Amino acid sequence: MTLTIPTFSLISIGPWLTLALGAILILLVDALSKGRKTYFPYFSLAVLALAAFQTIDLWGAQSTDFARMVYVDNFAFLFYLILILGAALTILLSRPYLEEWGKDMGEYYALILFATVGMMMMAASAHMIMIFLGLEVMSIAVYVLAGFFREDARSNEAALKYLVLGAFASAFLLFGMAFLYGAAGGSLYLDELAKRLTDAATLTKPLTLLAIALLVVGFGFKVAAVPFHMWTPDVYEGAPTSITAYMAVAVKAAAFAAFARVFFLAFPAFHVNWHMLLWVLAVATMTLGNVVAIAQTNIKRMLAYSSIAHAGYILVALVAANQLGAVSILYYLLAYTLMNIGAFGVVILVARKKDSYLNIYDYSGLAYQHPGLAAGMAVFMFALAGMPPTAGFVGKFYIFSAAVQAGYIWLAILGVMNSLVSVYYYLRITVLMYMRPAEADLGPIAFTPAVTACVIATAVATVLVGIFPGWFYDLAMNSVKIFPSL
Amino acid sequence: MLVFNQLETYLYLALILFAIGLYGVLARRNLIAVLISVELILNAAMINFMAFNRFVAPHPAVGQVIALFIMAVAAAEAAIGLSIIIAVYRKLKAINVEQATELRG
Amino acid sequence: MLINYVPVLLYMGIVVGLIGSIVLLSELLGKKRHTPQKDIPYECGMDPIGDARYRYTVRFYVIAMFFIVFDIEAIFLYPWGVIFKDLGWFGFAEMAIFVFVLVVGLAYVWGKGALEWE
Repeated sequence: MTLTIPTFSLISIGPWLTLALGAILILLVDALSKGRKTYFPYFSLAVLALAAFQTIDLWGAQSTDFARMVYVDNFAFLFYLILILGAALTILLSRPYLEEWGKDMGEYYALILFATVGMMMMAASAHMIMIFLGLEVMSIAVYVLAGFFREDARSNEAALKYLVLGAFASAFLLFGMAFLYGAAGGSLYLDELAKRLTDAATLTKPLTLLAIALLVVGFGFKVAAVPFHMWTPDVYEGAPTSITAYMAVAVKAAAFAAFARVFFLAFPAFHVNWHMLLWVLAVATMTLGNVVAIAQTNIKRMLAYSSIAHAGYILVALVAANQLGAVSILYYLLAYTLMNIGAFGVVILVARKKDSYLNIYDYSGLAYQHPGLAAGMAVFMFALAGMPPTAGFVGKFYIFSAAVQAGYIWLAILGVMNSLVSVYYYLRITVLMYMRPAEADLGPIAFTPAVTACVIATAVATVLVGIFPGWFYDLAMNSVKIFPSL
Repeated sequence: MLVFNQLETYLYLALILFAIGLYGVLARRNLIAVLISVELILNAAMINFMAFNRFVAPHPAVGQVIALFIMAVAAAEAAIGLSIIIAVYRKLKAINVEQATELRG
Repeated sequence: MLINYVPVLLYMGIVVGLIGSIVLLSELLGKKRHTPQKDIPYECGMDPIGDARYRYTVRFYVIAMFFIVFDIEAIFLYPWGVIFKDLGWFGFAEMAIFVFVLVVGLAYVWGKGALEWE
């Protein structure tokens, strides 16, 4: 028997290797040396920066590698950069918060790096099993991170709920992949699936549709789409705040990367079937997220429902399934990463003493005591509500124009109406900060340099990306050219 | 022995396993039982992969390799699941789903 | 081809028959008289020192978890071992990397003191 070993180049997965090696190094140093280590955040940031440089270095390549298992293309690279940005901002937020809980441990940073590797695998996978492996590498790390405050009952409960429902969702996803494997006659390469499924459509169409439904359930859980959102508020509220921020932006971005790539590449022939499904999901997700968010008094829970609503907006772009839609997914995820992590940064700053100040009324009168902080929060709230001149506005503009371009006028109208609803609860925070007197003295807020820098940087970036969307639009346009069917 | 040489037999088997797993996740209150049920669903998917691999796939090994991957992933998930359940048990002194009701809204 | 399995069938028949007849005969012929000596769990062993249903220390679960995680990786060694010679040095290097990652896990577990019983 002769075996041909496929040729491959490690450079094409360079960013993954860098992050994985960095994480392994952190684990080893943490376990094998004594004493408290303070350099892990800097080290992780350096590793992330190196991975970002490697990604930029790879920019422009368009091929597959590792026996066609991995895409080496700009769509993946742009997601790499968004994910690296999310991870880096999360690490900036983490240090003082973890110290407050007495949990500043090396594992935290290692797990974030491992989760980021999993997310990158999802963004670049060219084969269904790679998506599954990436999803699990990401999820298993994030389950642990959600329960990182082991002595805290709420964190425990968040980890538990996330684990049970997450494992359930990945099992569904896998079951869908198994049906797809059968329907396509034994291939799971994304680029082959479209042709094979169309050729075999007369025989295996029911099986394919079942598989698509199961995949939608699996991805729907990960992006927190209604009706698979039940875990979101509980997990987001119970998890450490920095991890909530990470889950809201990076997990969502990675899941949407895989979601978009699978549905754009593999199922263009079944667009009629899945667009109806996603249409309903998108409307339900936007509406429920925004309406329930109005009733929340815990800021983390409110941001959790808002993150459900934002998943709904991105689903609108997925339904549109045209070039502008794909661009708007990328743009919106970048904007969402900036504004949401920024908002959670403010939440971390205000919620001192082991998260004692998480009620939205704790923000009353914040503008009088800490005008800078209140201004930052106001920027993030305006951006999340989608007001010009922030990145949130431009993102929504792209998404709804994509929907109109694709002929989904009603979907766009419902989306805009939902944005109007969302203005209510975002502006409520701003009104509380600027127009209400403080209910009690807020006390001093410790402005730690890393968190402050993170909040300032995201606030500035939110506005800048909103005022000058052109450069990122071009990048995104360049990267979605890989989808022939759009 | 014709029935054992048919794709449908294995798909039905997988479907039954899937249904049992689904029932377990939705109806059982014990966390360990829920975890076992999730593993059942994974196993159902694995049987599907093997069956399709045997009866429809041109390439001989892909489904089998995928089954190996699923086993490894399932083991990792079970280990993490158990450790989280132990952490919860230490806190709540119970492993029922209903006991975990701190977060509501 | 099914004829080849006749010995197995015979074997199973003998096993079931033998065990069944032993159980049946002792049930029919044996005397049913209870003595304190007869009712203890181990007739000729140590006297039991407590209830069997007591809580195990959590360390057993931790060790069991490590066992699952490290044990399951052996499933990747089997297919590799079958075609080890054909894969040559490339396959060896691949597996060396795989085992290295496992060793890192082991070193972490060891360094954290999770393998110590006390």
